[in-house]
Amino acid sequence: MPSIAFYIFSLIAVTGAVALVAFRNPVSSAMAMTGSFIGLAALFVGLNAYFVGIIQILVYAGAIMVLFLFIIMLLDLKSEERSKPQPLMLAACLVIPILFLVQLTGVLQSTKDEPHKPLNLVASAKHFERAEGEQETIIHQNLAKEELPDVHLIGLTLFTRYNFPLQVVGVLLLVATIGVVSLSKRGSDRPAKPSTDS
Amino acid sequence: MASLHDYLFVSGLLFAIGLAGVIFRRNIIVIFMCLELMLSAANLTLVAFSRFHTDHTGLPDYNGQMMVFFVITVAAAEVAVGLAIIVALYRARQTINVEDLTTMRG
Repeated sequence: MPSIAFYIFSLIAVTGAVALVAFRNPVSSAMAMTGSFIGLAALFVGLNAYFVGIIQILVYAGAIMVLFLFIIMLLDLKSEERSKPQPLMLAACLVIPILFLVQLTGVLQSTKDEPHKPLNLVASAKHFERAEGEQETIIHQNLAKEELPDVHLIGLTLFTRYNFPLQVVGVLLLVATIGVVSLSKRGSDRPAKPSTDS
Repeated sequence: MASLHDYLFVSGLLFAIGLAGVIFRRNIIVIFMCLELMLSAANLTLVAFSRFHTDHTGLPDYNGQMMVFFVITVAAAEVAVGLAIIVALYRARQTINVEDLTTMRG
């Protein structure tokens, strides 16, 4: 990936993040968050992680952003009225991230940097060769054609080495679904209020 | 060509901005968005290491991308549960400003 694209997309991601923090209207914040996530997804694509980039857009910029907007609409929020920021709070929100960044820069300078090398797909293809007489895999065919079979390789890893975690995550999603339904149900276990019709 | 350190620095920058938002903002929904941003910044680190640390076949190390996959899944579940809690909180208290939520202050 050319350097210029990296800088453009990281600029988009960082600008979106700053706008997310700076906008006072929650809807504008949600839009800025989407922009930031789209920039991040482009960075993922630049790192040859096409599948991760696409699910970043689908899940974050699609599903999660819509969920946030629905909740903002449901709660009918006004923009935050400008309250005087407490000086201690402002100092904390500047000092802690800057300390973090300084520390990160120190770590990066004391470790070896690695340049961006293009992938040698034809050389990798011979690791996926099958014995005589067996059917050729799609992974090998794509690698021989110098295409990265990203989704196939992720599927191979996910359903072989990470099979058990995948099932655990499935259970987690089920539990989350049930939890959300029971949380958002207007239950009778809450203290009764005159304003709610439970 | 962008090197590994460039990606790690962008990731750290996004994480720091998200952290600043979590500290600074008073609206609990925006705090939640900043948390999502921090999770995504961590994902960028994982993907960058996955790409630059090639395994014995010369392909990206897909273990890192598996981690990203699981982080995104857990984040989706977390957003659903968290927003349901925020809605329940709003119904009970009619506010989403964290400064008004002082029940657990000692």
